[in-house]
Amino acid sequence: MNEYLKIFLSSMLIDNVVLIQFLALCPFIGMTTDVQKANGMGIATSFVMVLSTVVTYPLYNFILLPLGLEFLQTLTFILVIASLVQLVEFYLKKSAPALYSSMGVYLALITTNCAILAVTLNCISKSYSFTESIVYSLGTAGGFLLSMILMAGIRDRIRLAKIPAFVKGTPVLFIAAGLLSMAFAGFAGLIK
Amino acid sequence: MNKYWALFKNGIMKENPLLVLMIGLCSSLAVTTKLENGLGMGLAMTFVLFMSEVIISLLRKLIPDSIRIPIFIIVIATFVTLIELLMKAYLSELAKALGVFLPLIVVNCIIMGRVESFASKRTVGEAAVDALGMGIGYIWVLCGISIIRELLGSGIFLGMRVLSEEYTIGFFSRAPGGFFVFAIFIAVSRFFSIMAEKKAAAVNTVTALPAEGVQK
Repeated sequence: MNEYLKIFLSSMLIDNVVLIQFLALCPFIGMTTDVQKANGMGIATSFVMVLSTVVTYPLYNFILLPLGLEFLQTLTFILVIASLVQLVEFYLKKSAPALYSSMGVYLALITTNCAILAVTLNCISKSYSFTESIVYSLGTAGGFLLSMILMAGIRDRIRLAKIPAFVKGTPVLFIAAGLLSMAFAGFAGLIK
Repeated sequence: MNKYWALFKNGIMKENPLLVLMIGLCSSLAVTTKLENGLGMGLAMTFVLFMSEVIISLLRKLIPDSIRIPIFIIVIATFVTLIELLMKAYLSELAKALGVFLPLIVVNCIIMGRVESFASKRTVGEAAVDALGMGIGYIWVLCGISIIRELLGSGIFLGMRVLSEEYTIGFFSRAPGGFFVFAIFIAVSRFFSIMAEKKAAAVNTVTALPAEGVQK
């Protein structure tokens, strides 16, 4: 149990996927214009992230590894993610149209979210067990959601501030991200 | 010839993928703690971009529109796997330093974006020139960021120790420093483009007035 808690906390806070590992910066900058949007993107991404870990882990260990096809992992994983996104899209369209119309736009963008591919690849390279992989992907997804919502909140404040013209827009967002990242670096001593 | 030159220059400054289009940011911040890593990542990425743009531009009339995205992904992933295996074989240290960011070139938005918006519509020559321009635009920003971060963070400039270890600022080689240096990079490039616009506007008003008078 302790081991799982350790993986969860370290992937969510200490090695935060956006602020410390620099993954998924595109939605972090592009999709945080308001809290609701950030929330939708965060939840959709988290869902696909956990689902693709559940699919790619057995795929690698029971099909690619016995056949000696490890070098195909990048290619296989990205195709799995792309088709999962498509499947989730179809499923939501049929069964939950309301949820689909609020999430639909973000779903298509998730395929090129580098955090998802990175999580699936990391589970293999860190040689986690199946349960550990799921805990790891849950933690990473939580970290992503957390940083998206934090950033969206900060952006609300930035909009009201007086900022020189050439720092306005993206540069000031990166400075805010840097400050957030410093705060998250403070978690480093949480687990020994 | 002139058209190609304009396309080439486009990627380097005017539509620089990192500073202006703001795509492909993840890898650019994560690997730029050392100049070698930044340069290696830039070259790997340019190789994949060049090959994918050329191949897709060659096949653009054969690819059915409805399944173009999966086909693009397969082409890109093939070249990424190729460069990954090559790097692991011949430059194993660099491959280790780049880590997960090497396979992550697959989902680098620069490649997908250029392939989708440019290579799938233009001729092979134009696509190749565009890929080179974008690649060089990516490389110079990456090298710029890594030189600053390496100099301040570990005191090394182009492989030589410039600052002794007690004067280095570890902040810059860690994650927050990456965000700050990149923010300053975009701000400076914005500053110059705003200045250039103002200058152009001033020149325009000066030249426009007499021209109008002559016409009347």
